[in-house]
Amino acid sequence: MTERERVEQEDKRLAAEREKIARDGPKLKGAALEARLHAAWRRPPGIMGWLATVDHKEIGRRYIITALIFLALAGVLALLMRLQLARPDSNLISASRYNELFTMHGSTMMFLFAVPVMEGVAVFIIPLMLGTRSTAFPRLNAFSYFMYLFGGLMLWGAFVLNIAPDMGWFAYTPLSGPQFSPGKRADVWAQMITFTEVAALAAAVVLVTTILKTRAPGMTLARMPIFAWAMLVVGIMIIFSMPSVALASSFLISDRLVGTQFYNQAEHGDALLWQHLFWFFGHPEVYIIFLPATGFVSTIVETFCRRSIFAYPVVVLALISTGILAFGLWVHHMFATGLPRVGYSFYTAASMSVSIPTGLQIFCWLATMWDGRPRFQVPMLYVVAFIVTFVIGGLTGVIIAAVPLDLQLHDTYFIVAHFHYVLIGGAVFPLLGILTYWYPKITGRMMSERFGKISFWMVFLGFQLAFFPMHFSGLLGMPRRVYTYPAGLGLELPNMLSTIGAFVVALAVLIYVLNGVVSLYRGAIAPDNPWDSASLEWATSSPPPVYNFEHIPVVEGRAPLWDTEGDIPVISGLRVDEKEMLLTTVVSATPDLREPVPHASLWPFIAACAVGVFFVSSIFSPWAVVFGAIPSAIALTAWFWPKSLERHPEPVIA
Amino acid sequence: MSSGFRASVLAIAALALSLSACDREERHSRAKPIGENVPAGPSPGLLYAGGAPSNVPVDPRAALYENDAPALAEGQRLFTWMNCVGCHSHGGGGMGPPLMDNQWRYGGSMQQIAATIVEGRPNGMPSFRGKLTEDQVWKLAAYVRSLSGQQSKDVVSSRSDAMSSTTPQTLAPRQPVRSSGTAKQ
Amino acid sequence: MMLRRGTAAAGVMLLLGGCAQYQHYQSIFGNAAVEGRDFNQLFVIFLVVCVIMYLAVIAFLFAGIARRRRSGDANVVEQGRQHDSDPLMRTGLVGWGAVIGVGLIALAIASFFADRSMAKAAGNEKLSITVTANQWWWDVTYNSADASKTLRTANELHLPVGVPVRIILRSNDVIHSFWVPSLTGKQDLIPGRQSDVTIVPTKVGIYRGQCAEFCGTQHAHMAFVVDVDSYPDFLKWWHHQLQPAPAPTTPLVQAGYNYVTGRQCAMCHNVSGTPASGQVGPDLTHLASRRTIAAGTLPMSKGNLYGWVEDPQSIKPGNHMPTIGLEPNDLHAVVAYLETLK
Repeated sequence: MTERERVEQEDKRLAAEREKIARDGPKLKGAALEARLHAAWRRPPGIMGWLATVDHKEIGRRYIITALIFLALAGVLALLMRLQLARPDSNLISASRYNELFTMHGSTMMFLFAVPVMEGVAVFIIPLMLGTRSTAFPRLNAFSYFMYLFGGLMLWGAFVLNIAPDMGWFAYTPLSGPQFSPGKRADVWAQMITFTEVAALAAAVVLVTTILKTRAPGMTLARMPIFAWAMLVVGIMIIFSMPSVALASSFLISDRLVGTQFYNQAEHGDALLWQHLFWFFGHPEVYIIFLPATGFVSTIVETFCRRSIFAYPVVVLALISTGILAFGLWVHHMFATGLPRVGYSFYTAASMSVSIPTGLQIFCWLATMWDGRPRFQVPMLYVVAFIVTFVIGGLTGVIIAAVPLDLQLHDTYFIVAHFHYVLIGGAVFPLLGILTYWYPKITGRMMSERFGKISFWMVFLGFQLAFFPMHFSGLLGMPRRVYTYPAGLGLELPNMLSTIGAFVVALAVLIYVLNGVVSLYRGAIAPDNPWDSASLEWATSSPPPVYNFEHIPVVEGRAPLWDTEGDIPVISGLRVDEKEMLLTTVVSATPDLREPVPHASLWPFIAACAVGVFFVSSIFSPWAVVFGAIPSAIALTAWFWPKSLERHPEPVIA
Repeated sequence: MSSGFRASVLAIAALALSLSACDREERHSRAKPIGENVPAGPSPGLLYAGGAPSNVPVDPRAALYENDAPALAEGQRLFTWMNCVGCHSHGGGGMGPPLMDNQWRYGGSMQQIAATIVEGRPNGMPSFRGKLTEDQVWKLAAYVRSLSGQQSKDVVSSRSDAMSSTTPQTLAPRQPVRSSGTAKQ
Repeated sequence: MMLRRGTAAAGVMLLLGGCAQYQHYQSIFGNAAVEGRDFNQLFVIFLVVCVIMYLAVIAFLFAGIARRRRSGDANVVEQGRQHDSDPLMRTGLVGWGAVIGVGLIALAIASFFADRSMAKAAGNEKLSITVTANQWWWDVTYNSADASKTLRTANELHLPVGVPVRIILRSNDVIHSFWVPSLTGKQDLIPGRQSDVTIVPTKVGIYRGQCAEFCGTQHAHMAFVVDVDSYPDFLKWWHHQLQPAPAPTTPLVQAGYNYVTGRQCAMCHNVSGTPASGQVGPDLTHLASRRTIAAGTLPMSKGNLYGWVEDPQSIKPGNHMPTIGLEPNDLHAVVAYLETLK
């Protein structure tokens, strides 16, 4: 054979190899491409596949549904509490049971609903919004869900078994210490913290890495959707704040299990140490809950006012500065503890200053509405309710940031009113709106607009009826966490109104959930982009295929779908016979690497079981730390075992 | 190591048993006010020579208080309030005999300890008949038993919020309870 | 939205006028001490500024909603969905930020001055009281350099009007919080630490305080009464409280005395002038002179005394006073004796 023939033969062979590798590109499209991608990306069927999935959409859905179930459970507890408080000197629920109820209500809402639902929504939507096929670390993502689930099951299992914690959701020592909380109630609570903290940290790592490294080419940080910015800030906040509460709860378990002296002032520990460690986490926690909601609001406002957000850099900087400032406020929970007054002044100033970035964000939303052409479908209604409600909560927050005022209002129903206004007004209303907004993307159907509006008005007005009177209960001298109150203090009317309002809210949430369930079967089929939105998740079908996008989109502005009128440029070259995603650089999102995506794996589930057994047994014996570490180590080793050579290695093309 | 291994096996068993935890941490705020019915006089089994194992039937009222976390917590507080620490320290003993060891002069079962508290004993143990309710006596008896490790490890509290002078109760080894027949008097 | 504004207006009116009947009892607007005036002023300043900010936000919101309503079919999708912002909005952003910043600085300064003003009375106190919190009652000691003039009582304070009093706060078990809304802000009582609060009452009257930090099962029933008297009345009370318990005069009372000093009661309670000297529970020397039983749980009356002594666990389940199960004759005797402890 001549040299020339040899070269031609080699070229043909290489061309044939290239065909076999089959990366997506102009040659492979349409049904053939979809079939190949689907075959590569789908998870194994059946129960094993369900346990082993690493599909972020499935995990995100699980997170959301589990969180909504916990919301319902904690809501029922709230209704019981309100029934008890409807009348003075009531004997409906005993003191110990009531204490369990408010502890479970607070702990479930804060640890098992608020943070996980935000993470769940983010885990579902962020890769779609960023134009990629998967999150980073998909198995860690799966692990995080199972840890969360096991923590929640442990807490509620304890409730069923009559060993529910009863020291309040922030469990101050020495009340939660070994002498004053006998038995295992406080240990169960502290371990629930460990579970949910590990889950949240894992999810935060997943989200931060996804947002920084897997964005579509051309989606520079300055072109990233606001919700992605919000989750980036929140992820970093979680990473910095969660270890504090894990430390605090580990110290507590240690005190209770083996008699260390961390919180024992008689042995030079300090009861206040708990408060510092807890609130160093606790204050950023509420912003961890609130900032994703601001991301929701920005998303909805852009779409429903049909223009991109006013002053995007200001909104982003507001998110970042809120995230940073949030770490400097925690002592405002401790104004009554007798720390030096001059230090308190600093925290008053810091607590007030954190409202400046939020105030600017509010201006930006309102300016977007002013400059845009708002249409008031259900998600936008929730945004209006958010503004009307959250701003009240924020302003009562400014009131209690002042030490002289806080010394009267701390630990009263005024505070209960404040935090429900900021949490429900500031996080739940946007959540209800965003679930309606992304429901078509998640399920492929539209929720009923009519029932959406009914449940909206009920929840909004019911909320005002339930929580506005609490400002007055507090001003009239009703402290928090009391299972009853005496007649003759003027508390009967506010409490009765609150009880009625609570039931209205419960009914509204029920209608909302029924709307969601029934619309699964009866809702209108959703097109790709029912709301005419600008961001990338609407560039694929509703619901998306398991591989998210046929081709990875390329982004050239902040509103990709609007800029390109649906004709989005794409990039090709990812393999279609193996799971693969495109990594891009952190700031300018130039394509960087093709990263293999892990297959479905049971090891995250097994590791979560092993770690779960380890955590639960360490409630009962310190030896569990030794013996529980062994199965955990085995599971983690198996999980991280280096993968064998790829099944279909790419031939090297010289 | 073996005690640690046993402890951990017990912990796992406790974990399993905890599935029947329904009543273990229930706060029984009201004992039945049935008056002073703690056994009076020397308990049967106390005066057996030669250390015969006591055939004392276990008083059913005692069972309510054993392995009951709130009862032990209340007993711990009563132990300080009624000044048991004045003679017995926090279990180590002083003027009074230690309560953490395996020497029980007057018996270490629940009704024997309750009888000791109610009767008083020679050489300085005062009688609390008429000074403590029966409910309080049972709680104290349960707590005293916990000092020598007789109660399950997951109902005792590891330490009180006072100065610590003894091993944390969750780590205290379980001392065998023998009747006084073979004990040094 | 009218509903909202109406509620807000009604609320403000309720605040300032409608709750007058409760002002003197357990209300933040009780205004019965020097600090209360400062608080009211500061609260009103904050409320006014916050309401103005809120109305500004709402006005902007509704302006934005109403603005485009008139421009035809709201569902028409127009070309080029993004367009330049109204330059008014850019100035508005800066102005808004400036207004918020200035407003917050003003509020912070007002807060600082109120704080300083409220702290002025500290250091000039003429009377010193130590309140030690327990689960779930308040141990009150009127301090004096002279031990014979140290007064111990429980769940009730009497204060002379116009006299600065320093209340030293300690705890024997968990964190509690001393709060008399009509008089002053709260301070936590933390085991192992000592803090204090200064009160200068200005209005004679009866006020109720309550523990404001969750402290366990009966946190809801850990209240106390503060009786602000004129100075002569206060002195009269104080001298009376320093007296030991009166000796029994009738056989029934004597039988009660025997029971209280010889049986379970004396293990925990102290009655000055008798052998009963337990330090665990509240001091009973002048029990019958107090307005409430069991830390504000029951009003003081013969019937309530009967109920409480017979079965405290059914009234305040979980508290540390045991249900003894007194025989009827013993009960009559004990209550008869307790009633003499005025």
